[in-house]
Amino acid sequence: MFLPFFYELRRRGVKVGAQEALALAGALKAGLHDSSLDGFYHVARALLVHSETQLDSFDQAFLSHFQGVETAGLELTQELMSWLEEARDRPRLTPEELALLEALDPEEIRRLFEERLREQKERHDGGNRWIGTGGTSPFGNNGFARGGMRVGGKAGGKQGMAMMQAGARRYAGYRDDLVLDTRQLAVALRKLRAFARDGAPDELDIDESISATARNAGELEVVTRPPRRPNTRVVLAMDVGGSMDPYAAVMSRLFSVASQATHFKELRIYYFHNCVYGKLYATPQLTGGMTVPELVAQVGRHHKLVMVGDASMAPYELAIRTDAEGRYKADGQEGLTWLMQLAQHFERNVWLNPEPMGSWRSGSIAMIAQVFPMFSLTVEGLGEAVAHLTRGRTVKGAAARR
Amino acid sequence: MTPAPPSVRFRGTDSYLTHEGLQAAVNCALTLQRPLLVKGEPGTGKTLLAEAIAQALGHTLLTWHVKSTTRAQDGLYVYDTVQRLYDSRFGDGDVRDIRRYIRMGPLGEAFSAPERVVLLIDEVDKADLEFPNDLLHELDRMRFRVTETNDEVAAKHRPIVVITSNNEKELPDAFLRRCVFHFIDFPDAELMRRIVDVHHPGLDAALADQALKVFYELRGFTRLRKRPSTSELIDWIAVLKAQGVSDLKLDENLPFLGALLKKEQDLVSVAEAFGRGRRTRA
Repeated sequence: MFLPFFYELRRRGVKVGAQEALALAGALKAGLHDSSLDGFYHVARALLVHSETQLDSFDQAFLSHFQGVETAGLELTQELMSWLEEARDRPRLTPEELALLEALDPEEIRRLFEERLREQKERHDGGNRWIGTGGTSPFGNNGFARGGMRVGGKAGGKQGMAMMQAGARRYAGYRDDLVLDTRQLAVALRKLRAFARDGAPDELDIDESISATARNAGELEVVTRPPRRPNTRVVLAMDVGGSMDPYAAVMSRLFSVASQATHFKELRIYYFHNCVYGKLYATPQLTGGMTVPELVAQVGRHHKLVMVGDASMAPYELAIRTDAEGRYKADGQEGLTWLMQLAQHFERNVWLNPEPMGSWRSGSIAMIAQVFPMFSLTVEGLGEAVAHLTRGRTVKGAAARR
Repeated sequence: MTPAPPSVRFRGTDSYLTHEGLQAAVNCALTLQRPLLVKGEPGTGKTLLAEAIAQALGHTLLTWHVKSTTRAQDGLYVYDTVQRLYDSRFGDGDVRDIRRYIRMGPLGEAFSAPERVVLLIDEVDKADLEFPNDLLHELDRMRFRVTETNDEVAAKHRPIVVITSNNEKELPDAFLRRCVFHFIDFPDAELMRRIVDVHHPGLDAALADQALKVFYELRGFTRLRKRPSTSELIDWIAVLKAQGVSDLKLDENLPFLGALLKKEQDLVSVAEAFGRGRRTRA
């Protein structure tokens, strides 16, 4: 019965499924909605929506499914006014009525109408009195009859309330289509964690305590050990600007997830433009930072290196020779050599590429994929990359699998 | 496990005012026997809801405050090995009975309670990313097994579970699907007036009007990092009452602003806004 509504919800991105449908059916069977559309609105919202970011979508779906006139509530005043204008010409209105009509300003009419709606809701059980059907009220109730019908549809006042409520779209501010699923990324990154026992011994080692106590002929011997602490150290280097601009959104999501992750012992984030020319920068504006030889001297081989970039550039850009400060120098190292130096230092390294995989076969991407194992920057690719990072030693150069 | 009689309906309590949406959500949770997940701005009464439900339905309230180090296992039971080791050393009690060293956590306590209870799992988002997933089965089936003794703890009466979240972490879909969800809106002025009346009966009407007006104007400031919410308003009025303040105006020397604004920058930005005689509104 409500199945079309469910598909309407799904179309709008509220992922309802069989479980929600059954729950709603159960609630309706138990009579939780008090046989009213208003009650149904609240019950359905509680059961079908799981996040405040979906409330607005739900309201819209509700409106379009149960009424199809999203703006009825908002245009009401306008509608009424225009009809009231028309009503003035009607001969059967007494001069007194006309005078009253003119005395009412739109605000007043709206207030009265809402009052009427509320009143109607309380008395609704008695029958199917529609708003303004009588049309005898001194403030020109025929006008409300039309407005009321438009808003209320077939069932009258109560329906009007739910529509008004959904129509108000109070949750529009909570819509957050921009925060796509960072949880998925966080979960993928989470697999990178590894633990090591480190620091002060303040955790009880039960097995050791028991065996020590036994060896001690029953005399209690408490053995403690250092607690497990995260032991993953990560160096994250991101390509910024130029050809990476279209991927800014996904990059910032990756960045926010990585910097929020609490399970890394150390996380260094660097930036580069296009290709690494001797220097990795501390800011996206390419300032600060340190040179590749400095970085290699500072961090150990066991750091995990994650390069992120589209790896797309003109072939000559890979061959530009620079010194460690990034200045052009005829006897400097080529860009590709700098990359190789990084890849050789870090035992485990990956390159995440937001470009579609189909374009990886040629050009500079193919060349860089010879140096770094390349994975696509998607939730799936990130999972594969993390699996690669946590696996044992890899043979460099031959690691480019795709 | 008998389903709750359909006549059990939650309508709020004398001191906890609700509206239809919240009542519908609570009643869905009661009837369908699913956990109720409550989100909303801090200070809108998420935690108090559990107390209100317990009070209205006459059940005991068990609370499980989740912290960043909380593991799902802690909520079920804890096996106190240290105590057992000590007892074995000093010969206190019967160490052969492992059951004496199994301590039930809040969830275990709720399951084994002889009558229906309300269980509040407070601030579920504070815990580890995997925490909600680890509780899926237990919340679904309302039973778990103590591995040390192989005893099964099954709920005689499914507890009414209320879970609150401050949205610090996203919750997994599988977890969300099992919950009835409600987002507590910020109360409008009318409801807020009633809430204030409930908490401060006999408050001077003029003062209440002024306080509310100032409060909503402050909330309208776009530059605030942390907007004041219901609980702050209640506290603020309590202070005003205690100090005998009778006249309020929104200007630079608003009394006891610290009760409303909790961040240094917010106090500064409000002061600046008045200092320059210019107001940044939403």
